Amino acid sequence: MENNSNFETRKPPVATTGIIGWSRQHLFSNWVNSFITLLVIYFLYQLIPWFLDWSVFSADFWTNYKGELIVDRTFCSRVADPEGDHGACWAIIIVRFYQFMYGFYPSEQVWRVNLTYFLLVVALLPLLIEKIPGRKHLIKFTIAFPIIAFILLYGGFGFQVIPTNKWGGLLVTLVLGVFGIAIAFPLGILLALGRRSQLPVISMFCTLFIEFIRGVPLITLLFFGMVMLPLFLPEGLNLDGLVRVLVAVTLFQAAYMAEVIRGGLQAIPRGQYEAAQSVGLSYWQMNRKIILPQAIRISIPSIVNTSIGLFKDTTLVIIIGLLDLLGIGRGALADATWMGLSNEVYVFVALVFFIFTFSMSRYSLYLEKKLKTGINMGAD
Amino acid sequence: MSENSIISLQNVNKWFGDFQVLKDVNLEVKKKERIVVCGPSGSGKSTMIRCINRLEEHQEGKIVVDGIELTGNLKNIDSVRKEVGMVFQQFNLFPHLSVKENITLAPIWVKKMPKAEAEELAMKQLEIVKIPEQANKYPGQLSGGQQQRVAIARSLAMNPNIMLFDEPTSALDPEMIKEVLDVMVDLAEGGMTMIVVTHEMGFAKTVADRMVFMDEGKIVEEASPDKFFNNPESDRTKLFLSQILHQ
Repeated sequence: MENNSNFETRKPPVATTGIIGWSRQHLFSNWVNSFITLLVIYFLYQLIPWFLDWSVFSADFWTNYKGELIVDRTFCSRVADPEGDHGACWAIIIVRFYQFMYGFYPSEQVWRVNLTYFLLVVALLPLLIEKIPGRKHLIKFTIAFPIIAFILLYGGFGFQVIPTNKWGGLLVTLVLGVFGIAIAFPLGILLALGRRSQLPVISMFCTLFIEFIRGVPLITLLFFGMVMLPLFLPEGLNLDGLVRVLVAVTLFQAAYMAEVIRGGLQAIPRGQYEAAQSVGLSYWQMNRKIILPQAIRISIPSIVNTSIGLFKDTTLVIIIGLLDLLGIGRGALADATWMGLSNEVYVFVALVFFIFTFSMSRYSLYLEKKLKTGINMGAD
Repeated sequence: MSENSIISLQNVNKWFGDFQVLKDVNLEVKKKERIVVCGPSGSGKSTMIRCINRLEEHQEGKIVVDGIELTGNLKNIDSVRKEVGMVFQQFNLFPHLSVKENITLAPIWVKKMPKAEAEELAMKQLEIVKIPEQANKYPGQLSGGQQQRVAIARSLAMNPNIMLFDEPTSALDPEMIKEVLDVMVDLAEGGMTMIVVTHEMGFAKTVADRMVFMDEGKIVEEASPDKFFNNPESDRTKLFLSQILHQ
């Protein structure tokens, strides 16, 4: 070549990079897009300031517009002064915060719940942070956590027993969600493996179980657990109400989890099984070390999806009389001293659920990203 | 079964549904013998060697490997698989494990070897297949030839007496075939009992003690490489050789 300068690398044209380039490409690429973009901006402009004003700037927290401490609904600015421009009255949440968090758990014992919440965070640490020191020992704690949590919350071993009909609010929501997901996950793996088993009895049992549970609405299962389960149990063995609901929720979730994991198992090429067998691994070693790690990795988005679904479905327990977060909220609204503040209650409940489900969804993205690095899952 | 056979197939028959893939297959392999199996696709060569470590189940006949008969007995299958290593056309490395973990997995879990010892063993095997520098990479980061050499190292780490190769170079780019064949030649020279399904006739000529030609589920011809290539008996073999050698 005589003139190499023709091939010097240049920077890309300004109009295609940076904020200007990005918005040109994604927001204003043609007139339909531009119109929709402007429309959305207009709605956001209307909505966000209004919501911020309602929920924060014009809202009551402990005191109303006259500076009085709010003790019932009549003190709320928007009730006391309907003509004025007042926002939410969060006092209903603040006054009843204890109930929202713990239900009717005796207050002198509530440190046990707080300790359990704290230990839950500790148990989640090794799952959230890969490089945490002493991860191996923390994992052991994570596995033991459900038992520790049960003893702390329920009692026994020197602790005063707190019957579950005193539990409520976020406590019930988390117990159902966390236990349901944690127990259903291994159960789902076993069911998925069982459904693909070569042994016809096992595969038929698992298939029947999964199809039956999936074919029935969760509410039906909850009623089943509440009303019919005691009839099947031997006399004298009276399972606690919350435990019965937990059994129903766990079985329901396990059936869905099994199908999700079965989908992942089907994506694993036959060569992986053959390679594992040819080096002499047993059935369980092969599944534990080779097949399941890959199958679960593929299924992470769906696993988290069904888990989020279950977490929200726990609100159905309200129908059989358990007071979860939403149940406590409805209880507060039924109370004459706080009637009519449903906006505040539902926004608060929605926010709490959103915090948990959104964290789960971010965690799944983090896991996908972490597990993808350096591994070409397409290679078989 | 002759006294010094390490692998013995007697009147083995196998069907996939109604289709008979193996028809009265008889094969005796002596210790340290190197057998190359060839034949057109669908002739049953892969199925035959997959029966030897029970990845496929034969329905009639008798297969004995190192004195252990392959039956439905799971214990026997396990002990045969410990004797027999296998290398696949598609490598079948475990994509979620590093190269080193791919190799140490079976020694640690099947042989209960301490981790440090297994890692030392893995490095030794990687030296043998000439890619020790790839130990900490993942299979997806390696070329096909490198992946296949890791697969060979993975099998060798279990210290097998017999190695089965199922078209080990068929999925490779031409320029990577040689690096894999070189490793296999080294292995043959080290005295490993080998059954290799391959169409690499150059490899067959240098390494094989005996050629086995299969067609339509039957062993058509068994001969020394010299006789097989220069003076084959059956017309089917002649036709096959003329097609494969004059491409």
